[in-house]
Formats: sequence, C-alpha cells, structure tokens
Amino acid sequence: MTGIHTAPDFDRLAELSKSLRRDVLTMTSEAGSGHPTSSMSAVEVMASLYFGGIMKYDAKNPKMPDRDRFILSKGHASPILYAVLAEAGYIQKDQLNTLRRIDSPLEGHPNMLRVPGVEASTGSLGQGLSMGLGHALNAKLDNLDYNVFVMMGDGEIQEGQVWEAAMAAANFGVSNLVAIVDLNGYQQTAPVTKVTDPSTYADKWRAFGWHTVEIDGHDLKETHAALAAAADYSNGPAAIIAHTKKGKGVSFLEEDFSWHGRGVPKDRLAEALEEIG
Amino acid sequence: MTLGTRAGLTMGKATRDAFGRALQEIGASNPKVVVVDGDVANSTRAEWFGKDNPERFFNVGIAESNLIGVAAGLAASGKIPVAASFAAFLLCNSYDQIRMSVAFPKLNVKLVGSHAGISIGEDGPSQMGIEDVSLACSLPGMVVMVPADEHSTRKATQQMIEHDGPTYLRVGRGDVPLIYDENVDFQIGKANILRDGNDVTLVANGLMVSAALDAAEELAAEGITARVLDMHTVKPIDEAALRAAAVDTKGIVVAEEHLHHGGLGSVVASTIAQTNPCKIAFVDVGDQFAKSGDGDALLEEFGLTGANIAAKARKIVQG
Ligand SMILES: Cc1ncc(C[n+]2csc(CCOP(=O)(O)OP(=O)(O)O)c2C)c(N)n1
Ligand SMILES: [Mg+2]
Repeated sequence: MTGIHTAPDFDRLAELSKSLRRDVLTMTSEAGSGHPTSSMSAVEVMASLYFGGIMKYDAKNPKMPDRDRFILSKGHASPILYAVLAEAGYIQKDQLNTLRRIDSPLEGHPNMLRVPGVEASTGSLGQGLSMGLGHALNAKLDNLDYNVFVMMGDGEIQEGQVWEAAMAAANFGVSNLVAIVDLNGYQQTAPVTKVTDPSTYADKWRAFGWHTVEIDGHDLKETHAALAAAADYSNGPAAIIAHTKKGKGVSFLEEDFSWHGRGVPKDRLAEALEEIG
Repeated sequence: MTLGTRAGLTMGKATRDAFGRALQEIGASNPKVVVVDGDVANSTRAEWFGKDNPERFFNVGIAESNLIGVAAGLAASGKIPVAASFAAFLLCNSYDQIRMSVAFPKLNVKLVGSHAGISIGEDGPSQMGIEDVSLACSLPGMVVMVPADEHSTRKATQQMIEHDGPTYLRVGRGDVPLIYDENVDFQIGKANILRDGNDVTLVANGLMVSAALDAAEELAAEGITARVLDMHTVKPIDEAALRAAAVDTKGIVVAEEHLHHGGLGSVVASTIAQTNPCKIAFVDVGDQFAKSGDGDALLEEFGLTGANIAAKARKIVQG
C-alpha cells in the first residue's frame, strides 16, 4: 500500500519516547512483574508507527475496517503496547498502573477481547505473523487499503511458525504486510547469539522473499524513514530488522539481561526514571 | 463397510464428500466464507470450493500452525474462514495455535478435520485422528460435531457456518451408511433419537451410529429394546437427552471411533455422573494407537462393532 507520510516533529517523538519509557517502568514496577526491558527496546518503532503518522487509526472507532493493524507478536512486551494505546486514546492513562491486577483488562499478555486497539491475543510466541497475514489477505478480498505491522522478538523468530508465515506471505505477494524484528540481542535465558546468529537474520528474510532493511531502531529518523518506506513498498512483504538494546534508556537494565520479565523494584524506580529524564 | 448391514442401512457417501459439497454450495451464496488449506484440499474435499472461488481459497502450504493463524487473522477481519486439514494434523500439529489464536479470542474460525478414526485403514496411525474430539472439547467455547452420514453432515456444515464462534467438525474418509434422508432435522447440541426403547440406551456418533443401530437390531431379537441416540454434537452435549436416558433405561453404552480418554464417552459420563449416575459402558479405541490394515478389519479387531455394543448393553440390562 502507498500513502503519504509527512515528516513528523522528531523532537516531539523523542519526548514521547521518554514518556512511554517512564510509563513502562512505572507500571511494571507498580505491578511488581512484567517485561519492561522487552518493552523499552521497542519504544522508537512503536512511537513512530502510532505518533509519527505511519499508521492510520481512530481510537474512537477501533474496528474501523480500513484501519492499519499493529500486532504485538512478542506479547510479553504488553506494557509498551498499553502505554502507546493510552497515549493514542484507546484506554485511560490512569489505567496503566492497574497492569496485571485481577480487576484490570490490562493482562500480563494482551487480550483482544478486553482492550480496544489490541488486534491479537498474543503471549505464545511465534503466532502473530500468521494472523497478520490473514488480516493482510483480507484487505484484497474487501478492496480495502490498509497495512499490517507485526512486531516479533529476535528470540521469537526461532519459532517455526514464523517461517511458515514468511514463506506463505511472500508467495501470496502481500505488499501490505510489514514484519519488524526487534533485534535487542537477548532472549529469556541467553544472548541470542548463543542460540541463533542474528547477523544472518536479514539474509534469511531476504531468502524467504521479503524486501528487508536493517536499521538502528533507536534512531527516530532512521526508524521512521524505514517504516514509511516499508509501508509504501508495493512489491511484496517487507521486513525491518531493528537493531535495539534490551532495556534501552536505563543503564542497569541494559547491562544485565536477567532483568527479562522483572519489574524494577520500587526502591530503584526513581533512579531509573531519572536516567530517562 | 459391514457396519449397518444388520440394521438394513444402505450405503451413502463419505462425510468428507458431503462436507465438500455443502461448502461448495455455501460458497456460492456467502461471499464471507473463505477456505484455508494445508495442501490437502483434494483429500478434505475443500478443493471443490477452491475451484469455484479461487480468490477466496488460500493454500498456505504444509504448515498447519500458519494455517490456523491465517484463518484467525481472516476471522478477526470479518471473514468466516474454514480451516480444513486431516483431523490428526489440524488438531495435533497446531493445537497451541487453535488454543491461542482461535479459542482464547473466540474467533469465528471453522475447523474441519477429515480422515478421522481408525477406519481410514491402510495409511496407519500417523494419519488417524483419534484424539481430535478430546483436544477440541478441552477448549472453552469450542462447538464439536461428529455427524454420522452425508445428509446430517450437510446440515452440520451449514450450521457450523451460521454459528458465531469457533467450531470443530469431524468428517471421515470412507463411504458410510445412510442414517437419514435429506430432510434430517439437525440442530447443534440436540441429539437425534433414532430408535426408542426402555431397556438400555446406545449413545453414538460418527460411524458408530450405524454400529449402534446394528446392536439395537440384535438386541431386539432377544426382546431387549434399545434407545439409540445420534449424539452428533459432543459439545455442547445434550444433557436433557442423557438425563432422560438415565431415568428411562437401565444404563448407557457409549460408542465412538476415538480414544477412550476425553471423547464422547468421557463427556457423557461426566454429564450423567453429576445428576443421574447410572450404569455406563464404553466402546471405543481404548488407550492405544491403532495400526495399518484394512479399515473394516481394524474396526472388527478394535471392537468397534454392533456385536460389541450389544454385548455391553446385554450386561447392563442383565445387571
Ligand atoms: C511459545 C513460547 N515459548 C516460550 C515462551 C516464554 N518466553 C517469554 S518471553 C521469551 C523470550 C523472548 O525473547 P525475544 O523474542 O528476544 O523477546 P525480547 O523479550 O527480547 O523482546 C520466552 C522464551 C513464550 N512466551 N512462548
Ligand atoms: Mg530479544
């Protein structure tokens, strides 16, 4: 699909990125669990998508047939999705600190039946790209013009289903499907390099028939440009390998991947927030 | 096929054929229906829809996990996707995808598993879906149907499309006897009483409905009257029909072409146990995989016969 993506106000996007990181840190610290580091690596991509004019959506009409769809396949990064949905007006900002509570729709992993703007219930890794492909195929059947963005982790793409979907998407020639791999270097128990070699990822997507670029996923200008180009790409599916840092923005989180799945303890929250600025 | 001979049934088409024809008919009038295939559409008969509607037919390749996910995405965008493959591959290869991408978000995906049961014969255990009903029933909100013949399968296919929510329809490969004519009254969740009786109740679905009718005939010759229920919907189960059976007759024999654990037998037993405990016996594949061989001979060897149902019914009646 093609569209016009005017250059956004990058200073504003940078400020928003900071505030999204603060939201993520605060809500997971308050909840006492969750995945702040997996969320923080994805901030600039998600800020660009939702607030950089890449995605077409209407928070008051979450099921608008020709909306662009975003699927967080790495569902454990739900805090950043919720923070973005609050900023976009799908949910209330004061709901964020109810994350993971028994009476809150903001479950540990996103539930599409409970939160407007959540396009897929995820949490079992590897399933989002297939669902994205289903949405992408629907656009043609309904003569609608929309894009589908699917964000996956650099560990997640070890799942076989991802490659089943990748192969099928290229074969169907869907050019309204964009895969984003958040290459933050770590999975749950190890650096990704110990399991699979991320330096081969771009070539793998290319070999599967995807138009693929590698970017610095924390550089807002580069990220925005890549997303805009992928959205406009009209010759098949497009993939973006976003080189990022797990826990980006807080040095003690960046330095230790064992923070995966843990909220910052309340007595260290101020220190973390201060570093974000 | 020897099942149904004692009951005097005539042969009809395979339930997969009836599914394929019904889907083709529905496809002509309902543009929301799409098919997602995993390279087996000639076997499942979904290809008949595909030939008429190539733009609404997606062969995602031999990739069942992706098949389910693509169907889920299409459903989330408003389509009515029929996700069809062999029962064994669909339920077993992509169970987590069915759980997370379909059942949990309550998406309107129509799962259809063909080649169910041991009667497929020579292809052997890898191709036999005999745990599919158990797996499907485990998932909250899933409607699970196992129709017995071509006419009821046609109705089941229509109702599965009309039903809003995830469903699983099980169909078989080989030709099976006719239980009904084309005006069969078929409603999801409502058992059909095929024969009434006061001594014992035979509850069956799929292929085993023919066997149950054989058994009823055999028992009648001895003066035992058997009620025969076609329990084509395993979930939601027809509780009222089961309670009535428990009250009106001395006990129930459940017959299915499925493993013992988690299938129709388990659902019937747990339903009855709560309010009307009664004697109950099971005719099924047991707790074992089958093997390769002639389909009829396998049914015989694994006891999926009218004679075996009658033997268990006799025991219940004689106390
Ligand atoms: C199918 C499946 N297996 C295992 C898990 C447990 N799990 C949750 S997050 C995670 C690591 C994910 O790593 P990556 O994809 O790199 O995401 P990151 O957190 O680094 O963004 C694992 C193994 C899961 N959620 N789903
Ligand atoms: Mg990672």
